[in-house]
Amino acid sequence: VFAALGDETRLSLVVRLSKGRPCSISQLSEGFKVSRQAITKHLRVLESVGMVRSARAGRQSLFELNLRPIESIKQYLDLVSEQWDRALFRLKSYVEDEGARKE
Amino acid sequence: LLNVDTNRIEKRIEIKAPVSRVWRALTDHREFGEWFRVKLDGPFVPGQVSRGRITYPGYEHVKWEAVVQKMEPERLFSFTWHPYAIDPEKDYSQETPTVVEFRLEKIPSGTLLIIVESGFDKIPGDRRLEAFRMNDGGWTEQMNNITRHVVQRPQ
Repeated sequence: VFAALGDETRLSLVVRLSKGRPCSISQLSEGFKVSRQAITKHLRVLESVGMVRSARAGRQSLFELNLRPIESIKQYLDLVSEQWDRALFRLKSYVEDEGARKE
Repeated sequence: LLNVDTNRIEKRIEIKAPVSRVWRALTDHREFGEWFRVKLDGPFVPGQVSRGRITYPGYEHVKWEAVVQKMEPERLFSFTWHPYAIDPEKDYSQETPTVVEFRLEKIPSGTLLIIVESGFDKIPGDRRLEAFRMNDGGWTEQMNNITRHVVQRPQ
């Protein structure tokens, strides 16, 4: 996922898709200097890591963002982060309460 | 959303005690065990494995294992470990560990402690899910928060 986002074009595609509406390749290619083929390739990379899903609509594919992988990383970090908050609070109390006892 | 740094966590806390006192609470294995809630087998030694057992209620079956990296007195203490390695049946040794660094700075009120844990990008997806399953409660709320965050601020 991280490698997939480490490319400017792909990141821009994700930002475009984050508006929430499924887009076709031609819609997504607008404004990019790179070819449609290149855009397609980038979309396939994003699809391979599960960040984007596609569905066929008539003769074209529509792409949309699949936020689950990002959410789970964020959630994991929140979880670890929360554990550190608790541990550091215990450390602070442990050191400061001892100081208070001595005074 | 996309600005979130997914590889590291940084925390800062001010402690009203001298740097030397905080250093001891971090690096004396018995004192570390008091607040971290782990019973360690022996002192921390750079380059050596530190072993013990979690004493946090409900997690007493969980082993603690870390490799001490740096101990620069009153400045830097660091170790590597496998965060949330809480399944006693599982071998985590093949996974890339994360690095935990405690940095100490003297400030007028006492000590500024900065902790950085980094290397999360290498943690396998299934391990992350496992950590959620083991975490007691609060996650539905968190998920709602995140969903709201993602929806409201897509960039």
